Amino acid sequence: MIRTFLLILSLLATPALAVQPDEVLEDPILEKRARDISSGLRCLVCRNENIDDSNANLARDLRLLVRERLVAGDSNDEVVDFIVARYGEYVLLRPRADGSALVLWLAGPLMLLLGIGVAVRYVRRRDRAVPEGNATLSEAEVARLNEIMKE
Amino acid sequence: MAVGPVAASAQFLLTATSFAALTYAFVVSDFSLRLVTLNSHSAKPMLYKITGVWGNHEGSMLLWVLIVALFGAAVAWFGSALPPSLRARVLAVQGMIGVAFFAFILFTSNPFLRLAIPPLDGQDLNPLLQDPGLAFHPPFLYLGYVGLSMTFSFAIAALIEGRVDAAWGRWVRPYTLAAWIFLTIGIALGSWWAYYELGWGGFWFWDPVENASFMPWLIAAALLHSAIVVEKRESLKSWTILLAIIAFGFSMIGAFITRSGVLTSVHAFANDPERGMFLLGITALFMMGGLTLFAARAGAMQARGVFALSSRESMLVINNVLLGVAAFVVFVGTIWPLVSELFFDRKLSVGAPFFNMAFTPFMILLGLVLPVGAMMPWKRGQIGRAMRQLAPAMVLAVAVATLAWALQSGRSALGPVGLLLATWLVAGAVIDLWTRTGRGNNRLQRLTRLPRADWGKAVAHAGFGVTIAGVAAMLAWQTEDIRVLKVGERFELSGYTFALNDVRIEQGPNYRSTFGDVQLSRGGDPIAMMQPEKRYYPVADMPTTEAAINNGFWRDVYVVIGDPQQGGGWAVRTYYKPLANWIWGGAILMALGGAISLSDRRYRVAAGARRRTVTQGVPAE
Repeated sequence: MIRTFLLILSLLATPALAVQPDEVLEDPILEKRARDISSGLRCLVCRNENIDDSNANLARDLRLLVRERLVAGDSNDEVVDFIVARYGEYVLLRPRADGSALVLWLAGPLMLLLGIGVAVRYVRRRDRAVPEGNATLSEAEVARLNEIMKE
Repeated sequence: MAVGPVAASAQFLLTATSFAALTYAFVVSDFSLRLVTLNSHSAKPMLYKITGVWGNHEGSMLLWVLIVALFGAAVAWFGSALPPSLRARVLAVQGMIGVAFFAFILFTSNPFLRLAIPPLDGQDLNPLLQDPGLAFHPPFLYLGYVGLSMTFSFAIAALIEGRVDAAWGRWVRPYTLAAWIFLTIGIALGSWWAYYELGWGGFWFWDPVENASFMPWLIAAALLHSAIVVEKRESLKSWTILLAIIAFGFSMIGAFITRSGVLTSVHAFANDPERGMFLLGITALFMMGGLTLFAARAGAMQARGVFALSSRESMLVINNVLLGVAAFVVFVGTIWPLVSELFFDRKLSVGAPFFNMAFTPFMILLGLVLPVGAMMPWKRGQIGRAMRQLAPAMVLAVAVATLAWALQSGRSALGPVGLLLATWLVAGAVIDLWTRTGRGNNRLQRLTRLPRADWGKAVAHAGFGVTIAGVAAMLAWQTEDIRVLKVGERFELSGYTFALNDVRIEQGPNYRSTFGDVQLSRGGDPIAMMQPEKRYYPVADMPTTEAAINNGFWRDVYVVIGDPQQGGGWAVRTYYKPLANWIWGGAILMALGGAISLSDRRYRVAAGARRRTVTQGVPAE
């Protein structure tokens, strides 16, 4: 059935809008899986679009390829591995957390720990500090007064 | 020092004259200007001739410097209450920013280049940009980006002066707030445009250029909270200065990302390496200068306020940590493809699935902490007491989430968690306002007399909750249908019936369009006649889709017509999008809350303080 779709596809010259009616699989569960996988794969000829949203012909080819693998019985991971083996890691919109990409994944959590550490130190110091300044005037008033005196 | 204000006014007037000249060239379609030929067409509607002025790289840069000059002039006109030396320094720094961008325009992007032989007609503006939502998206964003140049100027001036006090905080906060409001509106307009124009109802794509506007927004949100601490409690001074420098840094990095083309983006504007290098140079100059000055002088900023571990101050520090780290995650994700390729020789993409996973936890944490922080008193408070006051909000939030969980039966936790946060935030804002009315009678009357800052805070925080509800509901519960539909056929989606009555072809002013007449009904009752449209712009040789959207408070119904199919019929896509409008409704509430806060008495008093004497510098809080 997919073969027929591919044949029809090659006859249609005009670029079409994202997922087309003729691409949709009959099994709603398989189709749902296809959509999930598609939204994580990059359309290689587009600017930062996933293949599910893209209307480029290459994106359509990839969408059909994903569905073809799913119909053949592949698991989601197997489909993704298959596409990555063909098109490279660049096709993944969510990079795998290995090697240098670990930095990307750990940047947020590490920064949060660092931020909390610095914040706790700062707040502790403020907690222990002794209030200063003129008791009768508010701090802003003192500042303003100094300003006027300087002029 | 007295020259500053005059020079700032002159700079603004001269820039405005050149901007007016460029606008005139677009209005009369003067095709002897290269820019007009490339971006306009005589058949284009007048609105888009005018908005075409900033719908291109050169014109938008001219708008950018116009706004830089406008903000400088605003300080010159309304800043006579500022200490003279501070005002002169602010204007000097703002003037330097202006000079840098003027040089950029003159050397790399002159909008007034002429053609020796003017063509008969222009090449038209990108049809996607011929739209009211997008026409006003850039000016608002620029007002926001450039508004942050003002906080940068204040920060640098304060570092040169060597002092930051409550008065400084009071002067910086309105500019930060204004910049943040404009950024909020600008981002919301862009997102709304994407929603109705791109044809599948996406509202945020984590595209590098979107991130470029989102990072300054996050930092500005952190800055406007930390500026309160400077203003009211004279603490967090050096941190606030640092944030002000970084916020403008992100604005300029945004300009660099948009215009250099180093990161591939759907927004690609003007991809020119020379321009990119120039912008990078400007960014590096201001950031290195600012940060060097910060390193040298930050030690002199003595915090004066004392506060306990559990206090409003500490909660605002948490707010700043979360917003700062969130912005950092977006930043790392945005530049990682570049870093990875340059240093690790590994070509990879970082897209929406990464950001959804890495960014969302910080927003959830922020949402959970926010109502508690808003209820905490300054200096010293008890978390337990705030939690007791907020108990009704928590009970309500858990009830709503449980109900949603039960109704949706076995789908992801995203929807219920989103509704939990949203209810918690909105109810928390209401309780916050109500608690502020004190005890006893006349509480309703006192509610109307609360300071506008309190109202602004509650409205903006509730708006954050409303946006969360919209995003979560749309991601979790949207339904979709894609099919071939022949004229006369009908189908159902989420309880709604769609019937395709007719398909017509009509001629627009500068496009040809295909209309579908889709009758929307529910349970036999007609609701609306929807007219999804597909346009073709012959001059630019480009199709666009105009989705038909039936807006509702609880849901949007969204219909798109596609291409004619072999064997008859049309491709038709329909979506049921629950709480869609809440996303932008929440953004409007956030901007409105900011505006209410901006109109608070103490900022008006500060602006009018020139007529007052010494002791009235500090109005009652």
